[in-house]
This record gives sequence, C-alpha cells and structure tokens, in this order.
Amino acid sequence: MRFFDEPIEFDKQPGIGSPVWRGHADNGEALQAFAVAVHRTDGRLAALWGSDERLRSGGFRLHCVFGIDAGHAWLSLDLPADRPTYPDLAGIFPAANRMQRATRDLVGIAHEGGDQRPWLRHGAWPEDWFPLRHDAGEGTGFTNAPSDYDFVQVGGEGAHEIPVGPIHAGIIEPGHFRFSVIGERLLRLEQRLGYQHKGVEKLFVGKNIADGARLAGRISGDSTCACAWAYAMAAEAACGVSPPPRALMLRALMLERERVANHLGDLGALGNDAALAFGFSQFMRLKEDWLRLNGKLFGHRFMMDRIVPGGVALDLEAPGLSSIVEQCDGIGREVKELKKIYDEHAGLQDRFATTGAIDAALARELSLSGLAARATGLILDGRAHRTGYTPPPPWAMLGVRPATDERGDVAARAAVRFAETFESLRLLREIAVGLPDGELRAELPPLAGAQGLGAVEGWRGEVVVGLQLDGEGRLARVHPHDPSWQAWPALEHAVMKDIVPDFPLINKSFNLSYSGHDS
Amino acid sequence: MIPMLRRILRTGIVSEPPPAPAGEREMAREMSRMSDEILRILGRALTIRAVDAGSCNGCELEIHALNNPCTNLEGYGIKFVASPRHADLLLVTGPVTKNMAHALKVAYDCTSDPKLVVAVGDCGCTGGVFGESYASCGAVENVIPVDVRVPGCPPTPQALLAGILAAVRR
Repeated sequence: MRFFDEPIEFDKQPGIGSPVWRGHADNGEALQAFAVAVHRTDGRLAALWGSDERLRSGGFRLHCVFGIDAGHAWLSLDLPADRPTYPDLAGIFPAANRMQRATRDLVGIAHEGGDQRPWLRHGAWPEDWFPLRHDAGEGTGFTNAPSDYDFVQVGGEGAHEIPVGPIHAGIIEPGHFRFSVIGERLLRLEQRLGYQHKGVEKLFVGKNIADGARLAGRISGDSTCACAWAYAMAAEAACGVSPPPRALMLRALMLERERVANHLGDLGALGNDAALAFGFSQFMRLKEDWLRLNGKLFGHRFMMDRIVPGGVALDLEAPGLSSIVEQCDGIGREVKELKKIYDEHAGLQDRFATTGAIDAALARELSLSGLAARATGLILDGRAHRTGYTPPPPWAMLGVRPATDERGDVAARAAVRFAETFESLRLLREIAVGLPDGELRAELPPLAGAQGLGAVEGWRGEVVVGLQLDGEGRLARVHPHDPSWQAWPALEHAVMKDIVPDFPLINKSFNLSYSGHDS
Repeated sequence: MIPMLRRILRTGIVSEPPPAPAGEREMAREMSRMSDEILRILGRALTIRAVDAGSCNGCELEIHALNNPCTNLEGYGIKFVASPRHADLLLVTGPVTKNMAHALKVAYDCTSDPKLVVAVGDCGCTGGVFGESYASCGAVENVIPVDVRVPGCPPTPQALLAGILAAVRR
C-alpha cells in the first residue's frame, strides 16, 4: 500500500506486534519527499540508523522509521559502498540531527551538509574507524584521546557560560550541559551526550536471539521491561511467531508495574526538587513497597530478564495476582491523598506552574513521544486507540485511556504522571483479574536473513527496536531507540524562559535516559 | 498543612534495620557498632560521592533506594555529597565507558582521604554484559583502585549498605 500519495510501496509487517509497514526508497530524493509528506501530516521521525550490507547486497543501508497515524512506516534506502551519503533530514525533522551524527560515528554513512560534529565519538576511536562495519575488528587498541566539542557560543555584554558535567551533583547519569546565561537568566542550553556509550549495538552482532534479550534489558535499567518487550516484538516479527495471549497480558502487567514504579519515584523527586521533602519520603516509601512486591513475585525488583523472545520467563499464581490487586487498591488510595496535598501546596505549585513550558507545536516539530508529549496535549500513546490506529494486543481489549494535559510545563508533566499512575493501577487490576489461561512462551526458530521492528509505549515514551538476522539466524544488526533521543532537544527548548535554579526541576520533570540514548 | 501532618503521623517511622541472613537483631547491633566506628574513624559522618561511569541506570535506582525512609542511610551517619572533594568514599557504577574514564580519574584524584572506592554492580565489578570493548574499559578497577566490590544486577540496597560498611571497616 501507499501513504500520502507518495510513490513508495509498503508491505505490512506480519504478526501481532505493533502495526508496521516496510518500504524501500529508490533514491535520496524519494526518501526526502516521503519525510516531507510525513511532516506535513504531523507525523514523527521515530528512529534512524544505518547498517552495513556490503556482505549481502554490496552497499550500506539507511533505515528511517516514521510515526504515522496508522503506526510506523519503516523506510530504507540503499547507499553505494564507495560513497555512502544521503540527504540531510534535519531540515525536515530536527530530531534527525543527533541520530544522523550517531549513525555517521558508528556506521560511517553520512548526511550531506548540515551539522557534521561527532556525537557519540568523543575521541576513544579514530574518525575513520566505524565500529558497526563488519570488517572493523574489535577496535580495542586505540588511544583514548578525549576531544573538545564545538559548542555554539552566545555573545553579548554580560553573557557567560556555565559548564556542568559530565559528572552531575546528584545520583544521576553522566552528560554535559553547557548553559549560556546572563545573570541567572538562561539564554541557551546545549547538551553534549554520549558519555554512557557502551558499544551496545556492536555487542548484539553475532549473538543468538536469546542472548541478545539479556543485553536489550540493560540498555536503560529503568525501562528494562519496555526495551525487552520491544526487542522481543522485533524478533517475533522477524521470525513470524506470535506470543501466547497469557504471555502478552503478563508483559503488559510488567510494563505497567514499571510505569508506576518510575512515576512514583519521579513524583517524589519532583517534590524534593521543589523543597518538599515530605513528598520525597512519602513517594519513595510507596515505591519501595512496590519494588518489594516485584521482588517477591518476579524474583527481581525491576523485573529484568522476565520478558523474553517468544513470551515471558515466569508465571503468576492466584495468590500473587490477588496481592497485586490489593497493593493497587492501597497505593491508589495513598497516591490520591498525596495528589491532593501536592495540588493544594502553594509553594510547590508556584515552582511547578509555567516552569519549563513547551507547547504542542514544538512537541510535534521535535517528534516528541511519551508523557512529555502528552503533557502538551498531544494524544499520542501506542497503547491507546486514536483515529486510524488500533493498538496491538493486549492493549486493544484493555481500552487504555491516555492522560493528557495542555499546559506543557512541569505542573503538566507531574499531572500526567498522577493520571497515568491511576490509569495503570486500573489496568493492573483488570489484567490481574482477567488473566487468560494458556502457554507462557512460544518457540522462536530463527529465520535466516529476516528483519523485524518492535515499538512499545514505555513509561518515558516510545521505545523502538529494529532487528536483522544473518544467514545463520544470528543477530546481524539490532538498533534500540530510546524516546530520550527526541526528548533531550525538547529539554533544551523547555529551559529557555526560566532561570538557572529551575533547571534541576525542569530536568527532573522530563527525567530522560542517558544510557538509553548513548547506549 | 493539616493533611500533611496527618499523613506524617499516620505513616509513622518506617525505617527498619536492614534484613540480614544472620538474623535481624544481630544486624541491627552490627549497624549501631558500625555507626560508632564511622564516628571513631572519620570523626564525623561518612560522606559518599556517587559516580555513574557508564551504567544502564539500574544500579542508580537502588542507590536512590538507600535514601528512602525504609533504608534511611542518613540515619547511620552516612550521606551523599555533591563534590568528590567533600567525599570519603566513591560509589562507582560501571562498566567504565571510554568516554567517562577521564572524568572518573579526575573525580578520584579530587576525592579526600581515606579515598575509599566501592565498585557497584556486576558491570562495575567485572564489566558485566558489556565487558571490555572499543567503547568500554570494563570493570572499575581497570581505571581506578577499588577497595570493595558489590556484585548484583543491580545489587539490592541492603547489599550496597553492606558493601559501604565493609569499605569503612578496612
């Protein structure tokens, strides 16, 4: 089928994962024209990566995943081995900027013109060596020579810079923030990320599907269920296997427990950053109770390695399910009480309201997904029905109600977290009561040369995983995409009307992943 | 204000002695002995600077849990500080990425004596699933000297607490 009257034929990806259409652009102009058409219809750039196909087809391949009304359009473009370049997409989708630069650093295929600064390469390996090329070797012998970064300079009388990081003041992941300020007023924030780059994509190469799952679960620890599910969904789509209904429901149960755990932690930390230590103590106590039940029922406080390709690695019995229902009731009551206290606390609301605001137009422009996008009023949730989109099982039958708020500020992101917590508690009760009987795991015989794409609405936003198998059915290429890729630039915009001391609060209200982005 | 006070009163004190296989009472005795020892050795509270040198952020979630009211780390006279210059101990999660190796070395150089280092998590102890590669130096001890290792993926708050105390005891 075709989208937006563009001359590219798409085929529906088989299986019951999230709806994906695969297509191939004949040349760079066709890709660019399609991107323009997606942008015109308020679509998103969901992910972008490259692969070395020289052993299979003689060249390189660029992969772009666009978020469109119906789901995802996965468009690829073949590039010649001797001159692997493609038109710069950052002029159409600003979110492409860092993804293109990372693709150049890792695969050595480059966008033409535009921002050519390195992104993930900080000087640990040379400019002409590309870790994801099949003939790259291990690359362990290079001298680690940290390079300077060409930050955009802000001039004018009284303007100065505050460099922060990579090591930050709290218990938090590393990254560098360059603030340009006049007095306490923020003029500009520019991020430099990549400090958490662990070479995950190279580690996937040559692994079997099961071993890759362990790695996928460690791309961003706070989203281990979302990443593991997206990876499993991609592998299942590639191999043409559908996980059994009970496994899908248990996955949803784990994903919602992950969402609630993170939302509880963030609501506490938001209170703390606005000097309400009471909120921190209360929410962290609830989060601890929540994690302890995870430990008891799943054998792991964050449920790592419990979602596996083909299904799930554990089952829940009736007593476990009833303890989940009981906990949802109890925590729901407490969060309701705490919400009232937050809502009525003048000091807290004074810090939250109008701080770090972005609007829906900007969220759309930056291809933002997840709770930060919904906090600008966009109804964008991979679990929920919307015009032209039917969510994959098990969401379709659960009837997820997406939470939105139109203010776009810290207050809105807190409000969406509250609303989503209540909705997740409702979903958890429904799942626990209506869990279907049946198998937990389907066999997953690898299909040589196959490819698949998975997309899961994690607590932070949409996690996308693209996967290709080689001739022996091992992993040839896995590209995990964390929603933080699109959200980090949104944070740069969100701080611009505020003062330096508001930054920690604004940053926390997004709570983005460094590891997921840098991987 | 009144709902807040009511909530605080109703919650009560939730801090608990850390559970230990040897029996809770014994561990509680051990903890109180340790806080005395911390005071004796260091003259005041133990201060920790947490450095994430490349983790997946799973370990950070459990380090955060040390500060929740159930574990209540500050109750033992142990607290996190913002600068390594104020810290007695570095709590380092890994694997150490090539891109973080320099910053970690600088943080270590800035740490005050006794300059204790606790390597956290399977990745901090051995490199874990990430190992050593073009992008990763692997274990923390490949970059700075390590006193105590706390394995786990991620280690529980109780294991972290035990590791911190083991470092002080050295």
